[in-house]
Amino acid sequence: MYDLIYKKAHSYASARDFLTAAEDGKLLAGGMTLIPTLKQRLAAPDMLVDLGGIADITKITVGDNNMQIGAMASHALVADHELVRSYLPGVADLAGQIGDPHVRNRGTIGGSVANNDPAACYPAALLATGATIHTDQQVFAAEDFFVGMFETALDWHEIITAIHFPLDQICAYVKCPNPASRYALAGVCVAKRHDGQVKVAVTGAGQDGVFRASDIEAALEKRFNPDVLDDVSVDPDLLLSDMHANADFRAHLVVQMAKQAVIKLLV
Amino acid sequence: MTIVNLVVNETPVTADVEDTMLLGVFLREMLQLTGTHIGCDTSQCGACVIHLDGIAIKACTMLAVQADGARLTTIEGLSKGDDLHPVQQAFIDNHGLQCGYCTPGMIMTAVDFLAHNPTTDIDEISRALEGNICRCTGYNNIIKSVQQAARVMGAGDMVDEVDHV
Repeated sequence: MYDLIYKKAHSYASARDFLTAAEDGKLLAGGMTLIPTLKQRLAAPDMLVDLGGIADITKITVGDNNMQIGAMASHALVADHELVRSYLPGVADLAGQIGDPHVRNRGTIGGSVANNDPAACYPAALLATGATIHTDQQVFAAEDFFVGMFETALDWHEIITAIHFPLDQICAYVKCPNPASRYALAGVCVAKRHDGQVKVAVTGAGQDGVFRASDIEAALEKRFNPDVLDDVSVDPDLLLSDMHANADFRAHLVVQMAKQAVIKLLV
Repeated sequence: MTIVNLVVNETPVTADVEDTMLLGVFLREMLQLTGTHIGCDTSQCGACVIHLDGIAIKACTMLAVQADGARLTTIEGLSKGDDLHPVQQAFIDNHGLQCGYCTPGMIMTAVDFLAHNPTTDIDEISRALEGNICRCTGYNNIIKSVQQAARVMGAGDMVDEVDHV
């Protein structure tokens, strides 16, 4: 790890002050990606600003139309939280599939979303459910937030404070995990709104990170049944190909994961 | 350098640490608590698992400064003198280790798991140990060990599962 200064922020204002004072400061949430990155010297910030000291940043609450999950809520907290399990069980289920127990104990929803790893689970849930990303400066719709691989619409010193999930829907997430890393080779979140609209978001497979699978959505809006996906395919030219899975295999996986997610919602 | 105050195995510790020092290195090299092993150093193998405020975490993927104010328990802090923790005893009774390198992490993970889920269910135990790798592949006896510990610690479901491994 290159030398750096560590600062623990106890408020958003102090976090911003630290970042302003730094030449190339980085925000530290759970650190499950950032710390391994630093250890490999793939990043060289001169300062880490730890958000762990900010009051209420892990809070989970439910309002009239949405559920608010604080940016530093760990995956384990989301997976086990009574409110998440009763209002959006699909999101709790997704959080429980991330990494391993130790990663879930430290990793956070805000960190996952800000990092926008092309194989991370949360971006699929945010995009499919139409969640909003709340920062210390503005609110983003998920559609506008995930810009590309490891890239988001966040400004340099912008801090995610919470993620809001609309409650007018049910959702389910199924992934085929890489057996070593537990990252998704392909992960699909299917969200079905009470008005019938279906949104399907895919992670782990796209060359530009998370994306909506419009053909799958259209088929499921006609009839919400896994059988309708027998005739749907995903263009492998848009998908990742690596040592773990080639694009054709990922294209196959996307449809299969979508089917399983639909089945989860039907039982 | 930053001064950190924490409690390690019930003992208050104050230390001046480099901001980049990893928690696992801090425990092993500054506090000489070498029971916490560094296996892969990439947060995959789980040999470095300790408890941070009662929750199992990988000490290779956290900075020592992040633990300021926390209560840590390492494998050294598990037994009460010569009285081993039920999970430690179970690993001995069931030959839950071969080379022993992964054992501290396995035990720390199992202790946290059983504290919240006192179950003998093989699938649940296997899932709980997903973040711990045994290079000797001695998983059969590791799972048996955790099952025994679960029984000793009062697991509710005492159904005898068939070994499926």
